[in-house]
Amino acid sequence: MLHKLGMTETTMESLSKRAKVLEKKPMTLAERAYLPAIFQGLSITMQHFFRAATKKQVTIRYPEETRPFSPVFRGLHVLKRDEKGRERCTACGLCAVACPAEAITMVAGERKKGEENLYREEKYAVSYEINMLRCIFCGLCEEACPKAAVYLQADKMAPPRFERDEFIYGKDRLVEPVTPDNRSKRGIQLTPEQADKLRTQLV
Amino acid sequence: MAKITFDGIEVEVPDGTTILNAARQIGGGIVPPAMCYYTPLKGSGGKCRACLVKVSAGSAKDPRPMPKLVASCITTVQDGMVVENTINEQVMDVRKGIVEMLLINHPLDCPVCDQAGECSLQDFAFEHGLSTTRYEEERRTFEKIDIGPLIQLHMTRCILCYRCVYVADQLTPERVHGVLGRGDASEIGTYIENIIDNDFSGNVIDVCPVGALTDKTFRFKQRVWFTKPVNAHRDCETDKCNGHVTLWYKGKDVLRVTARKDEYGEVKEWICNTCRFDKKETADWTLEGPAHINRASVIAQNHYELPVVNPQVIADLPESTVRELEQNPPLRLGGLNN
Repeated sequence: MLHKLGMTETTMESLSKRAKVLEKKPMTLAERAYLPAIFQGLSITMQHFFRAATKKQVTIRYPEETRPFSPVFRGLHVLKRDEKGRERCTACGLCAVACPAEAITMVAGERKKGEENLYREEKYAVSYEINMLRCIFCGLCEEACPKAAVYLQADKMAPPRFERDEFIYGKDRLVEPVTPDNRSKRGIQLTPEQADKLRTQLV
Repeated sequence: MAKITFDGIEVEVPDGTTILNAARQIGGGIVPPAMCYYTPLKGSGGKCRACLVKVSAGSAKDPRPMPKLVASCITTVQDGMVVENTINEQVMDVRKGIVEMLLINHPLDCPVCDQAGECSLQDFAFEHGLSTTRYEEERRTFEKIDIGPLIQLHMTRCILCYRCVYVADQLTPERVHGVLGRGDASEIGTYIENIIDNDFSGNVIDVCPVGALTDKTFRFKQRVWFTKPVNAHRDCETDKCNGHVTLWYKGKDVLRVTARKDEYGEVKEWICNTCRFDKKETADWTLEGPAHINRASVIAQNHYELPVVNPQVIADLPESTVRELEQNPPLRLGGLNN
């Protein structure tokens, strides 16, 4: 067929010219003996076997030890508070509309009199839920937030759980604690003076 | 009839038409924005200066350019007029200044405001404004006035377009609200904090270009872009109201009812307060289908408008089969032709 078309297989030149012609040499006596190759392979295995005792270990004891996260790692969400400890989120819905996985839902409410120290704006999120099974941790909610309220923490992941409902994180697990000590390292940070002031207010 | 050239496009309009309406006859991206002009309201326009255009030739008889930019919503056309809008750099530059002026006292509380997503000022600033502000002074504040259980007044957001005053003046027999004070201190108020209880008072919500007058029954319920607009109608007992509205659904709940608006955000038909505030059940309405939303709008997010009627497929069948089908028609699916 190829001959009829005026071309043969040898005329097909490699375009990249990187193809190597494989030569099949006959095996030597040592190769044919089989056992030397077996012992060579076993010696490599034994090297690795004893390396664990002499050199640095490749595994870590996970729950006690953790690997360092990348500084740009996007983990579990946090709803930030402002410097006076009020919730920054105003339930504007921009995170939910930006979310490609549609993982965020919220219900807005009006701030009542006397709640000014709890919520920063006239409107606040009565409920704010993120489905961590839907979430793809892309960080678009963080970018969309006009109030610098939602951040993806660099040092926390959504832990595995047994039930699906446990992955729907409500405000109880998303809003950062009022105490400044165990706040997330992400987002707007309190200065040490602000943190001290807030601590004295709480006591 | 007068022939004018708008942005290089010739259009013929009846005498007495404003430049803005002539531009709207052309349509598309060349139409100047309007914040205070409202076609159904007599006397509106000329206040916000958003629609300023350059008239580079006054008329065929007197082709001198007009010395200053003119408000296109109140300037009538003359035969042979040449108007420049998007093609004139000065106009675009001035419009940036207008945005800045309107935003001087406008609080940037769009995340809180219920109007966000359908706000004319938001669109206007997005299309023509800068994303920064040079204003450093305190913004004006007002004492909160409660104007009744149905309408929420946020005076800080008001841009003093006077549309709501014209609604009160022209639509309701005895008007109970107007503009008080002068200049920077002027504000929308009701005399002796009168409750607006006219049948058509709710229309001030629709005409307000910003979030100064919003629906109290919809307050903070849902962001507009999460709700789905559906056209519907009902037989309304109120005179002058024909009950043609848009229902805004979230799931199965009607969260709010508004009048239908055209592409320029102008109300097509006024609706009464009964339709707007009291009829929030699907059972009250005859649904017509999804309301059209401009694709560029955030409200169009995830809303898919399905074609209402599929084109009919006419098969090329032999005559005997056609006769057979006519005698024994197959079962009809759906109720498209009923």
